[in-house]
Amino acid sequence: MSHQEILDLLPYAPPFLFVDEILAITEEEVKGTYTYREDEFFYAGHFKNHPVTPGVILTETMAQIGLVCLGIYLMKDHDLLKEPAFLAMCSSDVEFLLPVFPGEKVTVISRKKYFRFHKLKCEVEMRNSRDELVCSGSLSGIIKTNP
Amino acid sequence: MTNEEMMDKLRTIVKPYVKNEEGFARMTEESDLLKDLRINSANLVDVILDIENEFNIIIDNESMEKMLTVRSAMDIINTKLSEQ
Repeated sequence: MSHQEILDLLPYAPPFLFVDEILAITEEEVKGTYTYREDEFFYAGHFKNHPVTPGVILTETMAQIGLVCLGIYLMKDHDLLKEPAFLAMCSSDVEFLLPVFPGEKVTVISRKKYFRFHKLKCEVEMRNSRDELVCSGSLSGIIKTNP
Repeated sequence: MTNEEMMDKLRTIVKPYVKNEEGFARMTEESDLLKDLRINSANLVDVILDIENEFNIIIDNESMEKMLTVRSAMDIINTKLSEQ
């Protein structure tokens, strides 16, 4: 499965798509990037006159790359992928270490802890362009199957 | 392993995922994991993986779907242990 095929199956669109590129993907881990545009919608209010990427958006970015892209890859031989993939995040436990400002490019690295009974749990980290750790934690999601 | 020993092990396993402490205090073989202990369905996966590790067994999809009460969990563990 090519990186572009995975991107095409993502169920997101702007302004809530936070994946630019998949750099590498295996059954065990994924590495991808996103650059926060200067005009992302949330900078207008987070914060007043002082734009910083919200933690929920960093978490969402980690989930889109680390859980959803990897989940699509892991389900590549499954009929589910005839429809846009649907993965519901079911837990997040993330620590935030550094701010991410408009225009910054981040790299997300996610390593699978397990994928059982349709639940994918990963240890995920995000690094900035200086290779500094921005945030890290564990995320899990359930891949929904059609009833 | 006696039933009581298995219950003790199960209590330790489910404790971190229980959302109803009263139901947990009253936990018996009849307790429903989702309704009485209010373990959410996503965390039920973690309970099952912890059971696999504790008892050194593998639980398949079919058994997982039957694991709704403490008793059904104990039955499945006993079945898997006896197959070894």
